[in-house]
Amino acid sequence: SVKINTLHCTCKLTIFFLQICVHHIRPCSSVRFIKSKYISIFDKSAFKFSHQHTSFRTSAISNGQIVQFKLSDIGEGITEVTVKEWYVKEGDSVSQFDSICEVQSDKASVTITSRYDGIIRKLYYNLDEIAYVGKPLVDIETDALKDVASEEDVVETPAVSHEEHTHQEIKGHKTLATPAVRRLAMENNIKLSEVVGTGKDNRILKEDILNYLAKQTGAILPPSPKPEIIPPLPKSETVPAAAKDRGTKIPIPISKPIVFAGKDKTEAVTGFHKAMVKTMTAALKIPHFGYCDEIDLTQLVQLREELKPLAQVRGVKLSFMPFFIKAASLGLLHYPILNASVDENCQNITYKASHNIGVAMDTEQGLTVPNVKNVQVCSVFEIASELNRLLTLGSAGQLGTNDLTGGTFTLSNIGTIGGTYAKPVILPPEVAIGALGKIQVLPRFNGNGEVFKAQIMNVSWSADHRIIDGATMARFSNLWKSYLENPASMLLDLK
Amino acid sequence: MVIPSSLKNCFRLFYVLKISAAGFKYTANRGLILQSISSDVFQNLAVEDWIHDNMNLENRQVLFLWRNSPTVVIGRHQNPWQECNLKIMRKNNIKLARRRSGGGTVYHDLGNINFTFFTSKKKYERMENLKLVVRALKGLRPQLHVCATDRYDLLLDGNFKISGTAAKLGRTVAYHHCTLLCSADKINLSSVLKSPYKGIKSNATPSMPALVKNLFEEDPTLTCEMVMDAVAAEYARCHQIDHHITLINPADETVFPGIHNKNKELQTWEWIYGKTPKFSISTCFNMMYEQSLLEAEVDIHVKHGRIEVCNIVLPEQWLPPAMCNELEKNLIGSKFCPSETTALASTLLRICPQNYELHSKWSLLCENVMTLM
Repeated sequence: SVKINTLHCTCKLTIFFLQICVHHIRPCSSVRFIKSKYISIFDKSAFKFSHQHTSFRTSAISNGQIVQFKLSDIGEGITEVTVKEWYVKEGDSVSQFDSICEVQSDKASVTITSRYDGIIRKLYYNLDEIAYVGKPLVDIETDALKDVASEEDVVETPAVSHEEHTHQEIKGHKTLATPAVRRLAMENNIKLSEVVGTGKDNRILKEDILNYLAKQTGAILPPSPKPEIIPPLPKSETVPAAAKDRGTKIPIPISKPIVFAGKDKTEAVTGFHKAMVKTMTAALKIPHFGYCDEIDLTQLVQLREELKPLAQVRGVKLSFMPFFIKAASLGLLHYPILNASVDENCQNITYKASHNIGVAMDTEQGLTVPNVKNVQVCSVFEIASELNRLLTLGSAGQLGTNDLTGGTFTLSNIGTIGGTYAKPVILPPEVAIGALGKIQVLPRFNGNGEVFKAQIMNVSWSADHRIIDGATMARFSNLWKSYLENPASMLLDLK
Repeated sequence: MVIPSSLKNCFRLFYVLKISAAGFKYTANRGLILQSISSDVFQNLAVEDWIHDNMNLENRQVLFLWRNSPTVVIGRHQNPWQECNLKIMRKNNIKLARRRSGGGTVYHDLGNINFTFFTSKKKYERMENLKLVVRALKGLRPQLHVCATDRYDLLLDGNFKISGTAAKLGRTVAYHHCTLLCSADKINLSSVLKSPYKGIKSNATPSMPALVKNLFEEDPTLTCEMVMDAVAAEYARCHQIDHHITLINPADETVFPGIHNKNKELQTWEWIYGKTPKFSISTCFNMMYEQSLLEAEVDIHVKHGRIEVCNIVLPEQWLPPAMCNELEKNLIGSKFCPSETTALASTLLRICPQNYELHSKWSLLCENVMTLM
C-alpha cells in the first residue's frame, strides 16, 4: 500500500505543479534552489527549509496545499467506525501527532492523530456518523508537503508531553532532544547523531539545529524567538575598561523582547457561581457597618480540652464552633433584632423565632453555608453532633436543600484558614454576620499587671445599618464575648 | 549486577526497560508482566495511560494485572445516567470512573480481575489474548467449560458471561483489556448496574446486560491469585519470557514520571461526567404538596455534562412563573449534578420573596428535579 500511496502522491503533485496558478494561495516571490543564500522574510517556515528537496517541493513551501487525510487501517479487518468526538473544528491549526478525533468500533476506542502540521479545512463527518477506512476523514491545509509519510516513519517517538525530554537511541548513541527539536530535525532531514548538542547533558537545542542548518546552507537565519535573559554588565568592569582600553568596544546587549506564549481564558459564569453573583449583588445593596473586637479564649481552650474526650466517647468531634454558636444564640435572646429579616423595601421587620445559625464552609463548590436549626433549644453537644453531620455531608457534596436554607444568622470561621480581621458580607435575607479569625497565643496583662500567655481570637461583625445601630451590635458582641471569656457564666443562662 | 532482595519484587521500571543485562532481565526486552499493588481505580487507569503514552512497544509486549475496590467503570463514550444507579453509588461510596477504551459498563471489586494486553498497533489481536486466557483457565481447571464469543466475551458453560472486553488504539500503541469474574459481589453488581433514570434519549454506546456468574461458583477452590498467576504463566510461555510478575506502585512518580497528572485528570468532573455524549431527559414526576398530588413535566438537554436547555412545566400558578423561569435560567450552563443544583437553588432562595409557602414549594420542586440527576 505504500507504493500505491507514492504513485498517488506523485500524480497529485504533478497536477499541482502544472496548475500552479490554481493552487497557489500566496504568489511565490522567488523560486528557491538548492543551497540558496536567500530566504524570503515573508516566509515563516524558513526553518523548515530543507537542503535535499526537489524542485516541486520548493514551490510548495510558501503555499498551503489542501491534503485529504484518510482514515487509516485500524486492524482486525475493520472497515467502518463511528465518529464519537471531534477534537478539532474547521479553522483550527494542528501539529503532527495532535489528536483529531475519537472513533469507536466494536468496543475499541481509537484516537486518530494528524500526520501533518497545518490547518483543518474540512471535517467529512458529523458526530455519530459512520466513517470508512480508506476514505477521507478531514482536509488539512499544510505548508510543507513531506515525502510520503508511511505508517512506519518516526515510530520511535511516542507521544509525550512537551515538558518531557525523550531519549532516542540512534546507532547505540543516545541523543537528548525535545519533541519540538526532534520534529525540526526530521523536517529538515537532519540526523540528530550528526548535530552537536550544546545543552545540558549534551542535549540538542533548537539553536544547535539552526546552526547546523546555517553551516549547510550558509544562510542568515533570523534570531531565535526563545526568550533570553541578558545579564547586565557589571559596573565595576566598565570604568577601568574605559580607562585602559579605549579602543575596545563594550558589547551592547541587544534587548530581545521576552516572549510569553500563555493565553487568556474566558469562560461563562454559570450554575452556582451565577447564583452567588446575584446574591452578592443583592447583599451589597445593604448598608453594612463593621464592628470588631478581641476575645480572650484562654479559659475556653482549657474547657474544651476537658470536654473533648467526653464528646469523643459519644462519637462526636468537639471543636470551638459549638461554643461560639451557642453563645451567639444566648446573645440573640437579648438582642432579637440581630436575628431578624427585612422585606425588599425595608418596610417590615420580621423577628425570627428560630435561631438557625449558619456556618460558612469551604467545599469543592466554594462557599457553602448550611445552618444548625433551632440552636435556642440545643445543647452544646447537640450542636457539635449536628455540625459533624453537616461537615461530613458538605465535604461529600451531599448537603440537602433543607440544610442550606432557612438560616437567620451566620458565623464564618475563616480563622481555620487564617487571618485575624475580616469584613464579612451579610447573606440575605439575614441582617448580621460574624467572621472569626484564628486563635493566636499573645502576651496580655492580667489584673495584677503581670504579663501572661493569652489565647486571643478576633471577631469582625457586619450588620445592616438600616435597622441595627452600632450600640446594639456592640452590646451583643460584649455579651457574646463575656460568655466565651467566662464559659461558666453560660451555665447561668443555658436553656 | 547484584540485586538486593528488597528490589527483587519491585524493580524500578527503567532498569528493566533500559539495561539489556544478562540473566532473566534479558527477556524483559521482549515482554513484561506487571501487577498493581493498588486497588484504586484511578491510579490503575493512570498506569494504562502512562504505558500507552510512554512505553516503546515496537518489539515488546506488556501484560498488566489489576483489581479495584468497588467501582463502576463506564466506557469512553457512555452515559453514566443511562448505565448505572448513581444514587445508590453515592450512598454506598462506590466510585464512578470513565476509562479511555470503548465498550460497555462493568462493576469492579476485588473479586473481579482486570487484564490489560499492551502491544504495538500492528500486533493488536484481541481474539488471541482471549484464547490465552481460556488456555490458562483450562490449564488450571480442565473441567471448566469456558469459551470466547465473536463479541469478545468469555462465557462459562455457554450461558454465563464471566468476561467483557474493551480496547484503546492510539497512534502506535494499542491495548486490549478484559475483566474476569472470580468472586465478585453479584448482588452489588446487579443493583448498581441498573439505571433508575427514565426518559433518557442518547446516542451514547449502550451496554448489553447479560447473565453473569463467578468462577468461584463453579469451583470454590479457585482464588483470584491463582487465576492471575495462571494467566501470567501462560503469557510468559507464549511470549517466551520469564514467568516473573513485577509488582508496581502506581503512586510512584519516580518510576512513572507524570502519572500523578494522569491520575488527577481521570478524576475530574469534566472527564467522568463532562465527556458524556449529548443527551436529553424528557419525563414527568409527581409531587405531593399539602395533601394534593401535582404533576410536573421536565425537558432537559445536557451537553458536556452541563444543562443546555431546561424547560419545566408546572401546574398553572402553583409557583409564580417568574420564579420558575429564574430556576430554568440559572440551571442553564450549570452542571447536571445534584450538589451543584442544590447549592444553586438554595442560594437563589436568598433573593426570592421571603414567604414560607413559596420557599417550601421551591424546595420541593428542586428536590424533585435533583432526583433526575
